[in-house]
Amino acid sequence: MTFDNREKIKIMSEQPIDSQEYNITAYTENQIGLLNRIAIIFSRRKINIESLNTSPSEIDGIHRFNIVIHETEDVVRKIAKQIEKQVEVLKVNYNTNQEVIWQEMALYKVPTDIIAEKASVERLLREYGARAVVIRRDYTVFETTGHREETDNLIEVLQPYGLIEFVRSARIAIIKHSDGFNRKLREFERTEPGSEVIENEFLNSRDKVFTM
Amino acid sequence: MFTKEEPIRLLQEKAPQTMSGAEMTLRALLAESVDTVFGYPGGAIIPIYDALFDFKEQLNHVLVRHEQGGIHAAQGYARASGKAGVVFATSGPGATNLVTGLADALIDSTPLVCITGQVFAHLLGTDAFQETDIINITTPVTKWNYQVTEASQLPEALAKAFYIARSGRPGPVLIDITKNAQQQKFGFSEYTPCTHIRSYRPAPIVRPEYVARAAALINQAKRPFVLWGQGIILGAAEQEFLAFIEKSGIPAAWAILGAGALPTGHPLNVGMLGMHGNYGPNMLTNECDVLIAIGMRFDDRVTGRLDKYARQAQVIHLDIDPTEIDKNVATTVPVWGDCKETLPLLTELIEAKNHPAWRQRFEQFQTEEVAAVIQDELFPTSDELTMGEVIQQLNELTLGEAIVVTDVGQHQMVACRYAKFNHSRSNITSGGLGTMGFALPAAIGARFGRPDRTVVAIIGDGGIQMTIQELGTIMQTGVDVKIIILNNQFLGMVRQWQELFNDRRYSFVNIASPDYVTVASGYSISGKRVLERRELKSSLQEILNHAGSFLLEVMVTKENNIFPMVPQGCSVSEIRLR
Ligand SMILES: Cc1ncc(C[n+]2csc(CCOP(=O)(O)OP(=O)(O)O)c2C)c(N)n1
Ligand SMILES: [Mg+2]
Repeated sequence: MTFDNREKIKIMSEQPIDSQEYNITAYTENQIGLLNRIAIIFSRRKINIESLNTSPSEIDGIHRFNIVIHETEDVVRKIAKQIEKQVEVLKVNYNTNQEVIWQEMALYKVPTDIIAEKASVERLLREYGARAVVIRRDYTVFETTGHREETDNLIEVLQPYGLIEFVRSARIAIIKHSDGFNRKLREFERTEPGSEVIENEFLNSRDKVFTM
Repeated sequence: MFTKEEPIRLLQEKAPQTMSGAEMTLRALLAESVDTVFGYPGGAIIPIYDALFDFKEQLNHVLVRHEQGGIHAAQGYARASGKAGVVFATSGPGATNLVTGLADALIDSTPLVCITGQVFAHLLGTDAFQETDIINITTPVTKWNYQVTEASQLPEALAKAFYIARSGRPGPVLIDITKNAQQQKFGFSEYTPCTHIRSYRPAPIVRPEYVARAAALINQAKRPFVLWGQGIILGAAEQEFLAFIEKSGIPAAWAILGAGALPTGHPLNVGMLGMHGNYGPNMLTNECDVLIAIGMRFDDRVTGRLDKYARQAQVIHLDIDPTEIDKNVATTVPVWGDCKETLPLLTELIEAKNHPAWRQRFEQFQTEEVAAVIQDELFPTSDELTMGEVIQQLNELTLGEAIVVTDVGQHQMVACRYAKFNHSRSNITSGGLGTMGFALPAAIGARFGRPDRTVVAIIGDGGIQMTIQELGTIMQTGVDVKIIILNNQFLGMVRQWQELFNDRRYSFVNIASPDYVTVASGYSISGKRVLERRELKSSLQEILNHAGSFLLEVMVTKENNIFPMVPQGCSVSEIRLR
């Protein structure tokens, strides 16, 4: 007796895919290893993280992750729950791009002489909403903040003028419907203050401490 | 964990005592009521073993033969006793040998606290001798893990470890302790167990309005069906479950880790779910109108093809873990919370019913299954012995009172299908991970956890050879485990798939065995080999009567298949009887 599964496998792989960008926002403890614990939730499913920002929130001791992935809502909902399930995660939200206001920041380093000569710095600043962060004799650093396309545009403009270095930050996003977020976080930290992250104090004391 | 108001008072009350991190670790275990530890020493954990030398009276340390054996033993201990299992291992290879057990314990929700030694803190990241990054290696297979580099962090880390392992949906936790932290002396006053972590909510808040909606759905149901899993056992909610089932009169079937939560002989226990489960429960999953899932996670071995799973039914799902709800099967009414809390609320609101006609459907399917499969399996007329008749004969002798520990393969499915369980925490098997090699060490651990109960391990000729070294643990500790090897001279389950799905191309499933009786005798364990039916019952009686461990090898028919079967990729109602 043999059972044939081939036809079924075919049907299962023909499901419609309606994925889009989602912004996952997680409030967490500041703990060593948590980044990895969260990252493997994505890598385990072979999901690419488009952008990841983690930094202290407005409350001391509470961190905020902003993670962008391209997926279906069903997958994102399950992942958000999986992240929230981790012992050191406080709260997770997920939103479409329409539900957030988001920005990325970019820095561009270009040779000052060429820029001064060929493209008027002023025009660049005006047309692309850029800001000169540093102007030195040898190079100038511009900064723009905006959506991906906006920062991309300036790369194209600057490329012919000898772009030396470029860097873009991860996306950060503010949720449109976030009433009470700050108040709740403050209240939470007030009633249950967190503990400090403990690092390895011994890495630089090799010779002093132990011999065995 | 020191609570916010408590620490100052506690510290003042008792003058701190200077103590090493190693000693403190053992005192923490005692404070957590740990009585047994399974472990294996090595360089990076020597300070803890040195401290253990002075704690031999209070802590029973079981020296295993391999760390994988150690962690499976701790799993068996935890599953049989309901307590957290504790494991010691050294750094590097000792720690990596725990990985399979951690993965097994995570997927089967088993509370474990594993303590690994680690190289000195100042050597971390230098590829020191026996250094492995065990925290990162084990992150995907632990509920929580933490590295301690200073003795003063130990009390809080260990308290959190036990709290996290045991609370909510239980799971394995690993604490990695650098050698300097074990050696270091510090002022330690009193151990305070952890009862709260601000970022961790072990169980969701129970929402009575959802319980009410679930009750309304159940009350109007014509063909309700209950599926239960290990959640009932983990929540110690067997009584609450029984009350619910008896009042509702709803037929109930189990996922294998749930076996025994309702006695096998209970009239409303209609059998096992899933790939090799019973005929009725699988067929009628696709006919019920309300499906009530309690403490189970709709594993693919239970559901078969999902887009043809219970599409007609409204689904109520009771679970403590919110990530399980709507994960695989869309729920009509979710009931979040510990079922020990939610079940009584539900029972209160439901009407007492009987559902005679609907229950009869299960009986009809059962009659069919008996005729097509069960009769020949349990009472064969052919010359060769079947696995089923071994379990049947065992039932007649143990009367459902034994703890049955199984390995992975055909014998596991036969044992789970046919073993009788009068009590909860009696069926110990590797469900989610399907780890061959689990049974022998898990049986050892189960017996340490429940020395008052008979422990029978049912193991295949493949699986026994994966952790056979643990016969040494039996020899040295004298623990009493009844080992039954069901030898079909094949990696039977894989052979069955090759027969059914790969045109009988038996590719590397023909596995040779040593002379198990001789091997056992090398370990001073009594052994016997059964070749014929007439010796079977008396041999089983002999091993059960024997004082101490006994290994019984039963030669069974080589090419038997486990039926019924839901072929992979098929719906549960496409289950085949042959
Ligand atoms: C560690 C591990 N390796 C491989 C497998 C795949 N596997 C599942 S069942 C099985 C055969 C088991 O053979 P045996 O122990 O003789 O049991 P039987 O099926 O014959 O009863 C194998 C190889 C597994 N589950 N676990
Ligand atoms: Mg076999």
